[in-house]
Amino acid sequence: MKTQMSTWMRRGTPWVWLNAGAVAISILMVVGLLALLTVRGMSHFWPRDVMQANYAPPTSSGELLSTQVIGEFVESEMVISAQIASSGIPVNEAQGFYERQLLKLGNRDLTGADFTWVLSDFVHDVEYPQNVIALERREWGNFYGHLSGIKENSELISFSGDALAIEAARWNDFNERLERALDIRDDIYVIENQEIGQINYAMERLRLRERRLELDQELTPEALAEIDSDRAELDEEYDLLQVQLIALYETVNRDSAIFVAANDEETEVSFADIVRAYKPNQLSLVGKIGTYFLKLGEFLTAEPREANTEGGIFPAIFGTVMMVMLMSVFVTPFGVVAAVYLREYARQGFITRAIRIAVNNLAGVPSIVYGVFGLGFFIYILGAEVDQIFYPEALPAPTFGTPGLLWASLTLALLTVPVVIVATEEGLARIPRSVREGSLALGATKFETLWRVVLPMASPAMMTGLILAVARAAGEVAPLMLVGVVKLAPSLPLDGNYPYLHLEQKFMHLGFHIYDVGFQSPNIEAARPLVFATALLLVIVIAGLNLTAVALRNHLREKYKALDV
Amino acid sequence: MNELNSEQANDTQSPTRTVDVSSVLGEKSKDIGALASCIDIEHLNLYYAKDKQALIDINLTIPKQRVTAFIGPSGCGKSSLLRCFNRMNDLVDDCVIEGLVALDGDDIYQKSVDVADLRRRVGMVFQKPNPFPKSIYENVAYGLRIQGINSKRILDEAVEKSLKAAALWDEVKDRLNDSALGMSGGQQQRLVIARTIAVEPEVLLLDEPASALDPISTLKIEELINELKNDYTIVIVTHNMQQAARVSDYTAFMYMGNMVEFDATDTIFTNPREKQTEDYITGRYG
Repeated sequence: MKTQMSTWMRRGTPWVWLNAGAVAISILMVVGLLALLTVRGMSHFWPRDVMQANYAPPTSSGELLSTQVIGEFVESEMVISAQIASSGIPVNEAQGFYERQLLKLGNRDLTGADFTWVLSDFVHDVEYPQNVIALERREWGNFYGHLSGIKENSELISFSGDALAIEAARWNDFNERLERALDIRDDIYVIENQEIGQINYAMERLRLRERRLELDQELTPEALAEIDSDRAELDEEYDLLQVQLIALYETVNRDSAIFVAANDEETEVSFADIVRAYKPNQLSLVGKIGTYFLKLGEFLTAEPREANTEGGIFPAIFGTVMMVMLMSVFVTPFGVVAAVYLREYARQGFITRAIRIAVNNLAGVPSIVYGVFGLGFFIYILGAEVDQIFYPEALPAPTFGTPGLLWASLTLALLTVPVVIVATEEGLARIPRSVREGSLALGATKFETLWRVVLPMASPAMMTGLILAVARAAGEVAPLMLVGVVKLAPSLPLDGNYPYLHLEQKFMHLGFHIYDVGFQSPNIEAARPLVFATALLLVIVIAGLNLTAVALRNHLREKYKALDV
Repeated sequence: MNELNSEQANDTQSPTRTVDVSSVLGEKSKDIGALASCIDIEHLNLYYAKDKQALIDINLTIPKQRVTAFIGPSGCGKSSLLRCFNRMNDLVDDCVIEGLVALDGDDIYQKSVDVADLRRRVGMVFQKPNPFPKSIYENVAYGLRIQGINSKRILDEAVEKSLKAAALWDEVKDRLNDSALGMSGGQQQRLVIARTIAVEPEVLLLDEPASALDPISTLKIEELINELKNDYTIVIVTHNMQQAARVSDYTAFMYMGNMVEFDATDTIFTNPREKQTEDYITGRYG
């Protein structure tokens, strides 16, 4: 027995099991993480059935107070009865546990809160009425209720036929009007955000030009006249658009719908405020899937609404990708050049060793320290200087002397440059001496050898460095909060206004968005699923960026596969 | 001054080298001193560190357009000597070279010498095939591109000519754009030779070019050397004495950093002057 045990140990079987176990646990944790994010995040967009019920919890006074609830079931949990009793509901404490459900009631404009906990034991008459409508609105969150009438120019529209026919006709009419309103909304969006945005931008540039000329003391009457005429032109365009806009607002507000919410509360909703309307209890599976992807698509491509708790997160995705790409553009050449000097040209000795140690240590500095450095050096010193020299006309308003995309990218480039240097150095060290000698023996200089043979062969290693850099940079939030990320950016850093790429603008970022939605949001219950969805998206974006780099690296590796040494 | 030196070198060395000329037949019977010299080495000392001397007072004249072989046991300094001829030893830190190495009478260790140009004139093929991770075509064109030649016509011509000279053209003419790394070891080594002769050097240094190859590839390389010697001065380092006997006109035997004996190959193998040489050749040590 003892010998058996000792051979078992000697063969290394426990060691193998230990290793396999560690790998299994790692995989399980990663899969579990992704599964949690997917389930909690992606289920948020599923159009759930809307229930209607009467809720009559016991009251301390003994009288029965029944209220109607209409809403979506979100989750349920078991609660100790004493806890419920202490919150003022006189339940039977002998029962031990009560189940309670979280319902999304919406209708924040009517009830003040769009989520509520109810005790399952006191929910009666649960039904799923076919005609209940779920509305997504631009303001005040979701609405649940029954459609009772449609108004055009404040006049009630009448439908004829029996009750069923009226209901169907009304719903059809509602959808037609909603479509019209959404089309007008699109026009309004174009005018407000694009055309007027452009004019505002042009006006700002005019103002800056005038100020610049004034500073240079070249503001001749002719120049002033030209600027004034330009401005008059813009003003004219602006007034024209303004008139259009007012007209559009009037037409979009022509129609409104009358709804009956829970407890027979009647409310009027303008079609202009509705984003989407559907009857969840009538939707077939296909219909639900369709609605699901519509909502998911909106999440991915639209701008956020209502303090980021509704709508999409496109600006955050865009900002993240943009920032990481800019960072890559800064960090790769810089890191590679530094590594080439350290490995190929610098005399190996105490100083290079010291520099290497310093570089490796830089990789371990907490990222917030880089944020502080970025703020203190890049923004307050460099940015302020840039403003003094190149943008004096905008002062005292800072242009580059304030957190922005450029500084965020540079700060992250600084944060990740050690990784690129180390990876590139290792790649350079792995190039066989024989290949270098082969090139030198053909009459190539050291530089030509580096440029034509060594660097291409080391390019996969550079890509490895870049992959690690991207992985680190895309997930970094702390330094960004100091150097350029905001909760809500009014416009994307890349748009149609000259010079197209606005490096000085602040931007949104998925990592910060998670923090903001999850911990700074006034509506926690509504924001929670978005936290998971955004986290999942952040993981996907980082994975996507990494996979692109990995594919590029594999391509390079295939092309310059090292000689079998 | 240099020419004077090299002449002196010839003068001083020729008597000791022509030992038994009459017994050797054919061209090889000619006195080395009578041949035009290509590389002259005088009192060459090489140190890899202060107390680590790899070459001790080497005096040697490499004849033009002949094959000269360096033989000797491992670590005797053959490769170190060979790498002095194209200043490859410059790449080794702390390597100190004293004495004279002259190519066509010019000291190659003078400050004014352009090392890259020297290496173009003195091509080198290494022990292990070291093609670049590029296409076959680009491997051969590399040296020319370095010189700034980018004309497709010139490159095409040079590539074809070099590959033909290296007896590789027929094997690869249909796949010039394939990676050179997909070739066999023997093909790779011939490609490296083609790459080297594409820049039209004067001297070819071969550092054990066949030691990593199978017998058939070795045979091909040896045939190639025989053909190339008409146009190039070839210096070959080899472990394989049969190879030295087969391909070379002159052979130098080195031992422990010393040049023990240098003579016509036939002489070295049939009638060596030194006991050490005879012992090595007959396999008694080394």
